[in-house]
Parts: sequence; structure tokens; C-alpha cells
Amino acid sequence: MNIKVSTARLAVLGWVVVMAAFPLVVRNNYQIFILTLIGLYTMLTVGLSLVMGYAGQVSLGHATFYGVGAYLTALLSARAGLPSWAALLASAALTGLLALLVGVPIFRLRGHYLAMATLGLNVIFNLMMKNETEITGGPSGFTNIPPLSLGRFVFDSDVKMYYLVWVVAAVVLWVSLNIVNSRVGRALRAIHARPPPAESLGVDANAFKLRVFALAAVYAGLAGGLYAQAVHFISPSSFDFLFSVELITMSAVGGLASVWGSIFGAAVVVFLGQFIRDKMNLILEGASGEQEIIIFGLLLVIIMVFLPEGLTSGGLRVVRGWQARRKAESG
Amino acid sequence: MDFTQQLAQYVISGVTQGSIYALIALGFVTIFNVTGVINFSQGEFAVIGAFVAITLAQETSLFRGQMTVGLGWPLPLAALVGVLAAVLVGVLLYRLGIQPARNASPLSQIVVTIGASIALRGLVLLAWGTDPYRLSPFTAGKPLKLLGAVVTRQSVWVMGLTVLAVLGLYAFFQYTLTGKALRASSANAGAARLMGINTRRMGLIAFALSAGISALGGIVITPLTFMTYERGLMLALKGFVAMIMGGLTSPFGAVLGGLALGVIESLAAGLLSSGYKDAFSFAVLFVVLLVRLGGMTRRSGGQALDRAGL
Repeated sequence: MNIKVSTARLAVLGWVVVMAAFPLVVRNNYQIFILTLIGLYTMLTVGLSLVMGYAGQVSLGHATFYGVGAYLTALLSARAGLPSWAALLASAALTGLLALLVGVPIFRLRGHYLAMATLGLNVIFNLMMKNETEITGGPSGFTNIPPLSLGRFVFDSDVKMYYLVWVVAAVVLWVSLNIVNSRVGRALRAIHARPPPAESLGVDANAFKLRVFALAAVYAGLAGGLYAQAVHFISPSSFDFLFSVELITMSAVGGLASVWGSIFGAAVVVFLGQFIRDKMNLILEGASGEQEIIIFGLLLVIIMVFLPEGLTSGGLRVVRGWQARRKAESG
Repeated sequence: MDFTQQLAQYVISGVTQGSIYALIALGFVTIFNVTGVINFSQGEFAVIGAFVAITLAQETSLFRGQMTVGLGWPLPLAALVGVLAAVLVGVLLYRLGIQPARNASPLSQIVVTIGASIALRGLVLLAWGTDPYRLSPFTAGKPLKLLGAVVTRQSVWVMGLTVLAVLGLYAFFQYTLTGKALRASSANAGAARLMGINTRRMGLIAFALSAGISALGGIVITPLTFMTYERGLMLALKGFVAMIMGGLTSPFGAVLGGLALGVIESLAAGLLSSGYKDAFSFAVLFVVLLVRLGGMTRRSGGQALDRAGL
């Protein structure tokens, strides 16, 4: 056991070193930005995995909170004149509050209804972003969002944002791991596995689910705010239902009930998306837009049907089963 | 145009649009009753049916102009093949996605149908691109007048075919052996199996039937409103709202729910704000869900709700 813990620590340490050294080795701003994006999506996916994998609740509208965080940060810093760091923190907190407010009625629902209700939330908020042109800038987006600054230090380059985002993502991961391994995590797993006995033992299922939902929204709000401050421009199309599905794909690829899997899921989906967009042009000249959703959709179906634990654990299980069968046949 | 005329106009266009929601909702109910699955890709059946019919009936360029199809089939034949194409997609979806995951949690099943939905949407985008497509009306001629409101001939087709589809479905469920077997497997799958009914086959038939009904809806509405690759999601959501309004398991309820939703939406868009047309149906969804499910539904139809994971 002791050895296992220290190898895990070593792996984490190795990962931190690789991530920290990356911008020193790779000087390509675009690639650094892509990795920053993966960091942001990791925060979103961790939250979604807590909601789906641990609390067992479907959320088809997680992009809503990402968008609300981004727009609030933009409004508070560019319009209300708040310092950018205060705008970021305030919008994360407000996004969490919003989740609590909509969560109280929504979490009275379950299963398909909850899925549809969260989807509805996504559609309504996306329509508001498009229609309330005076506040949000409408479909053409919100421009000139100031970068994050702390005192005199301004996060005005891709490399600086890269480090900031991954530090925040690491904190988010650490908090989530602690939650999963705490009393709350055990309570959540109990609710997920067997709701009636868990409730009879005094686990207030709804209160726990609601708190997890709000926490995931805070992560998403934070990620959205950082995104707005990294690219200085946001538009409604970044926060639509398709992005919510993309987040579910990330969560499913990494394993719904896996905190570490979130990084893997986010990375796979981002790189796969890049790859497909590049190759699509070769297959069909001038093809652009969302064609990668064909692959994401199929991936989602295949994972949910055959590898519900995620691409790595599920894949390992399949390979091991296959090896065992071969061994049995030959021996 | 005075206010009553305007109101009549909103109601007429609401009923027309609502007929499509009704057909989609019927598709939802058919699948849900037999398999217990809410199929989030229901709207894609309508989109695929419409696009196949368009391609067969009029000259269409595919794959960004790399292929041009100009078969010019007569409309009824093109529509029929459009419906059959959607049926084929429904069958494949059931065999490849739903049947292998039939013991999975509702969460997994939801995600499977969502995945299927965006994969299909991507395929339609790949073939037909982002342009809106239109089909010529089924019969040419001047629009009719009713209570001072304009009723296009296509609206009459839409309403007429919806009524026919509902009656046909009713007759199928009531008077044919397959229909009775479907009803038996929805009432009690275990007992149905004991009576020698192949419930897996029933699931397949339910998906085929449901895809066909929804495709019909997509085809008849295309002459009135444009069809685009991304409409499936909204159609599915509206159909789902209509299904819930109608009480989840009742085909006639679903039809009434669809018509009511169409009218509510049309009135709200006309009188309040057209930019939020799609949001109104969700407002309706929230009200129906929270009022009905919060209070009284445990007593009525508890079994269906249990199956839906409530």
C-alpha cells in the first residue's frame, strides 16, 4: 500500500514537472493555447464528473455555467469597472449561487426529466446571450475583455495564462480528490449506489447533490472567467448545447467516476477535434464547422455501450479479458 | 387586420407547427412505452426523412457541390423513401446502440441517444451542409381563408396527414396482432415474454414505427419552414415537452400536448417576443414538470414514472 501511494505521488510529480517544463521546450503559442484550453476543460470536466459519476445526475447543460462565468467576468470587469481578479472571483461565486437557485427546483427531478430540464436551461441561457444584445453583445459577441491582473502583474501572454490556468486546474483537482475521498464522497457514492438505504441512514441525498452541482458550477464559472480573460472575446456559440455534449464526451472518455480521468478526457477530445478538423479538409474540400461531432457522437455511443468505465479502465478490462481468454485457450 | 384576425392567424400557424410536435411526441411515446427509453435523437429522424425526400424530389447538390442529384421523383414516392430511410436509421440505432445497452442505467441510455443524435446531425451536415432547404408545397394554389386568417394549402396537408397518422396508428395498435403485441410488451414485458412475444423484436418495431412517424412530420413541414441540419434537437425537445404535457405514456395526450404547445408558442412569439420563441416551450416544460411531478403524479401513472427513473 505504502509503495502504491508513493508511485502515485511520483506520477503526479512527474506530471507536474512535464507540464511546468512544456512552455520552456515548446515555443509555439498556438500549442500552448491549446494546452491552456485543455486545462480549462479539465476544470469543467471534473465538475461534470462529480455531478454525473458521483452524484449520478445527468447534466446536459454544463456549458451554461461556463458561459455565465465568462459573461459575468466580462460584464463586471469591462462594464462595471471591477478589478479583473475581483470580477473573476465574483463571477465564480455568482455562478455557484445561480446553480443553487436553479438547482433547488431542478433537483426535485430525476432521470430523463433532469436531463431535459438542464438541457432546457442551456437553451434558454444561450438564447439570452444571443438576444440581450445590449448586455451581451448578441451573436457577434462581447469584445475587449481586459486581461487578468494582480497588482502590477498582468497575465497578458499565452504562457502566463497557461501557468495560471494549470495552477487553478491543479487546485480544482486537489479539492475534488479530497471531496471524493471524504465523508461527502462516501455519502455521494452511497446515494448513487443505493438511494433508499443511504437516505434511511441519514444521508440527505438532495442536499448533497445540490452542493456538488453548485461546486461544479463554481469550477465552470471560474473556467469561463479565465477563458474570457485569456481570449478577450466571447460569443454565445462557445456555450451552446453542443459544447455541453462535448463536455459529456470528455467526462465519458475519462471515465464518469474518475477525477484524474478528466484531464485525459479533455485532452483526448481537444486533440481529436483538432485532428478531425485538419483532416476533414482533405476528405472534403472546404468542409468546416462541426463535422467532428460525427466522431464525438460515435465515440460517446461506443464508450457508453462497451466501455462505461471510460476509455482507459474500460479498454484495459477488455484487453485483460481478451488475454485471459487466449491464455485459457492455449493452456 | 384586427386583433381577432391576428389571434386566429396565430392559432392556425400554431396548430400547423404543433402538428409536427405532435408527430414527434407520438414517436417518443411509441418508443418509451415499449422500451422505456427516451430517445433524444428523435428529432434527427424528422431531419433525415426531410433531407432524403428533398434530394429525391428536386435537384440537390451534396457534399459541398461534389455530387449533384437530380432524380426529380414524384413527391409521394420521394416522401415514402424519405420515411423508409428514417425507419432504417431507427432500426440501426436500436440494434447497434439501444439493444446492447438495454440493461444499462437510464443515464447511460440517455448519453447513448445523445451521442447518436449528434453523430446523425454531423452526418447530415457533412452531406447537405448548413444551407436551409425547402420542398415545394404538395399542391399548388391560392391559400384558403378561415375566420379572416390565411390558411396555406400546405397547412391543410399538415393537419390532414397528422390526423391520418394518428388514426392509422390507433387502428394499428387496436386491431392488428403486432399492435396488440406491442401494447402487451409495454403493459408488462415479462408477461408478454411468457406469452411468447419476442419483446426485443417489439423494441425494434417500436423504433422503426417511431422513426417513420417523426420523418413524416419532418417531410410535411418542410414546404412551410425551411429544413436545416440543426433542427433535430429543437424538434426533439418540443416533442418531449409535448409528450410530458400529454402525460408521458398516452398517444392521444401526446398529440394534444403537441397542438397545445404549438399554439402557446405561436401566441407567445406573436404577442410577446419572437426572439425567445424556443424559450417559451421550456418555460412550459418547467411549469409542467415542477407542478405536475412535484405533486400529483405519484398517484397516477406511478409505474411509468418509475420506469423513467422518477
